[in-house]
Amino acid sequence: MATGDGKLVGARMRRVEDRRFLTGRGTYVADYLPARTLHAAFLRAEHAHAKILAIDAAAARASAGVVAVVTGAEMAPLARAMVAASTMPGYKVTPIPALAAGIVRYVGEALAAVVAESRYLAEDALERIGVEYEPLEAVTDASAALAADAPLVHEEAGSNLLVTREFACGSFDPPPPADLVIKERFRFHRHAAIAIEPRGCLAEYNPGSGELTLHSSTQCPGLVRSALALHLDLPEHLVRVVAADVGGGFGAKSSTYPEEVAVAALARMLERPVRWVSDRREDLLTTSQGWDEIIDAELRVNHDGTIVALSADVIGDIGAYSVYPWTAVIEPIQVVSFMPGPYRVPNYRARARAVATNKAPTGPYRGVGRPPAAFAMEGLIDRAARRLGIDPVELRMRNFVRAEEFPYKTATGIVWDRAGFIECMKKTCEALDYPAARAEQERMRAAGRLIGIGFGSYAELTGIGSATPAAPGMRVPAGTEAATIRVDPSGTVSAIFGVASHGQGLETALGQVVADELEVPLEDVRVRFGDTAFTPYGTGSYASRGAVLGGGAAILAGRVIRDKTRRIAAHLLETEPAALEAGGGELWVRGGAGRRIKLRDIAQAAYAGAKRLPRGMEPGLEATVFYDPYYGTATPATHAVMLEVDRETCAVRILRYVVADDCGRVINPLIVDGQIEGGVAQGVGGALLEEIRYDEAGQLLTGSLMDYLVPGAPELPNVETHHLEAESQVTLGGFRGAGESGTIGAPAAIANGIADALAPLGLEPAELPLTPERIFQLCARSGVYRLATGLA
Amino acid sequence: MAEPRKIRMTVNGQAREGWAEPRRLLADFLREDLGLTGTHIGCEHGICGACTVLLNGEAARSCLMLAVQADGAELMTIEGLARGGVLHPLQEAFWEHHGLQCGFCTPGMLMAAYDFLRVNPDPTEEEIREALSAVLCRCTGYQGIVRAVKAAADRMRSAP
Repeated sequence: MATGDGKLVGARMRRVEDRRFLTGRGTYVADYLPARTLHAAFLRAEHAHAKILAIDAAAARASAGVVAVVTGAEMAPLARAMVAASTMPGYKVTPIPALAAGIVRYVGEALAAVVAESRYLAEDALERIGVEYEPLEAVTDASAALAADAPLVHEEAGSNLLVTREFACGSFDPPPPADLVIKERFRFHRHAAIAIEPRGCLAEYNPGSGELTLHSSTQCPGLVRSALALHLDLPEHLVRVVAADVGGGFGAKSSTYPEEVAVAALARMLERPVRWVSDRREDLLTTSQGWDEIIDAELRVNHDGTIVALSADVIGDIGAYSVYPWTAVIEPIQVVSFMPGPYRVPNYRARARAVATNKAPTGPYRGVGRPPAAFAMEGLIDRAARRLGIDPVELRMRNFVRAEEFPYKTATGIVWDRAGFIECMKKTCEALDYPAARAEQERMRAAGRLIGIGFGSYAELTGIGSATPAAPGMRVPAGTEAATIRVDPSGTVSAIFGVASHGQGLETALGQVVADELEVPLEDVRVRFGDTAFTPYGTGSYASRGAVLGGGAAILAGRVIRDKTRRIAAHLLETEPAALEAGGGELWVRGGAGRRIKLRDIAQAAYAGAKRLPRGMEPGLEATVFYDPYYGTATPATHAVMLEVDRETCAVRILRYVVADDCGRVINPLIVDGQIEGGVAQGVGGALLEEIRYDEAGQLLTGSLMDYLVPGAPELPNVETHHLEAESQVTLGGFRGAGESGTIGAPAAIANGIADALAPLGLEPAELPLTPERIFQLCARSGVYRLATGLA
Repeated sequence: MAEPRKIRMTVNGQAREGWAEPRRLLADFLREDLGLTGTHIGCEHGICGACTVLLNGEAARSCLMLAVQADGAELMTIEGLARGGVLHPLQEAFWEHHGLQCGFCTPGMLMAAYDFLRVNPDPTEEEIREALSAVLCRCTGYQGIVRAVKAAADRMRSAP
């Protein structure tokens, strides 16, 4: 186990952070309750679109235990509205107020806050606030929102179309000739992240020092810090954001929310700690949602299966606001950026339109754009395979970017470094025993069962560096991160990062990297993050960057420490650094019996200063180094599923699920397997169960976990995961990101599996999630009223 | 709003008491009045199961109960699962088999599994999955959790 002999990276090790979670000693935001804390509750809009004519808060202000009631108009001077800025041409901004004033734009938008001695008392007072609304016509469908006479979500924007992005590569005038043209409209409905820990935060303000501290359930303490400074008009060095343990995020906790600004402003106003922890209803109403796209796609292929051209026209329903700081384009742009996937696509044109509606904002969610992109692209590939009579695996193999073509620049400018695109497919087929699976499918079909096999192949860009903005034109420094490594005089190591964990196991994974670099046992390394007061400048964790950027920074800082350690040791042992060997927290002279020194003694010498150090050497044993992977690196995978559609209930049961991915050098297989399994689970939910639904007036119909169905243990398969480990040549350590991967491939594979199962009935579903209801309706529309009698 | 009432209960083997309004949730009472923050609140409508505790030996959702209803009861929370610093076999198995990621559902998951193994000490995978449908996990896909519960069951049966 933890030997310190440089072999921890790659080891299947149980996680360092688990003991506190297993014993109930984690410190999530709601577990922190300083003395004199006040509790906030938000009054939330009942209408999807309405003018606020008047608010009567007198009774609420007189309610027991109430310290303050603040309306949107009263909040406005205390906190600037957040504007997700971008240099994209034609982009229309949609300022997000901390509390809505004058108008509300979606059901659940906060328009007043009550601060009281307890959450119970705050909620009592909420009921005593009277609001006079003038309801306005709401628009809840993105296509309808594009109409010239559609009601405007933001009057001052002049249009609901917030931004359009277009790509063109190759010739489409006229479209390139091809033997077969496949057209389809794909629809991926709205999804919710559902971290089991709902969002929440607690703000403390010290009027003596002027320092504001926000404890928040966020993935990105660094981004929240910058946002609070900007919107509360505070110098950035007086804002501290702490995210201790975070109970899941999945992208939805990577944005800065108006509640975080409002709670901070309230604490500053009242000079007492103010806490807000959302309940599940608030979470479903207001936490940024995912997907919600219409993709009109066309694939042109030749008889031999070669892809000639691809087009995609994407409408993204981004809800009421352009999410901060990522902007409205982040989800739909990634659909078109990644549509060509792992394939050679010589001609590609695409358009993405981000359209405002009177629904909760969408934002980054695990996979960001790529689950819908893979769903559409892989659906097109399977349609082509069926029409051409080519096996879907073979058709993919003919079109994957080949080994000799890396680095491969895609039609949208993304650069794929060498990765196992083809190898992932081969490994998946081998693990599935593809020919045997097809034979079994035939046997089961002959027995009258609706069995399908589906594939989902994709490539994502992970660990993006400074050359690739997280969203076009966005001003967030998303491409760099740093590590600070400090060896104290007792010989133990603190490794401090700007990336933060919300469940991924970074305390262990980054600890393994640091321990290897420093040649010390894992238990001597304590990984710290999640507090902007002591972490190096950074943003946080999103976009599958933790292992790549954190790991790369750890290697760079580790090298500095290791080099200095050796120079000091050589000085103390009166030898040359090159003559030293290290391991287990000690260094010794190669072949020099007994001449050894402990890291502790080296560190003591380092802090003792000139007396014990080589002439001119700076004292101390601490380094901060930044890392920029520049482009980022490819993470490809192929998912395969074998499933059954029940003839009686239209429910889908997964029989087998296989993933082969290339996530580069694996730091800890236990953790990476868990990321894939958990990612697949969310993809399965998105493919079969989960859908955020609004009615035409913009009322949320899925406001509880009884209506929004998160998969439970009986609904999910055991996932067989295989890693190819083609070390990335373009990242330090060879790491590729693995956090989002599982969620990208699953919807595509499952949709294709269901289409394969229903192929004997001539049905080709193009809408997700494929709930039993939706499969039934698809059959009914096609004249197959009962699957039970659908087959002759 | 009614007057607070005095509540006495045994929690993790210790006599505890406090004052609570009749409307105060048991989960809030445990977390904020008794300082036992290991019990988590994930939905407040009885679906996610993160707040699961043992009430008189049986799994109960502390977000669907009032503190006054637990007056006089014997409770066990996640803080009581390890004894004297020694982890329970379920905790060890969750650790070994990666039955947790963010850790937020973990206390509820462990308490539900503890209750389940008491009733069914030798479960099949299907039975484990059915039983654990009482608690939602968003991180793991349940695979590690199911493995862990099976491993813990095996170990607990073979323990002297």
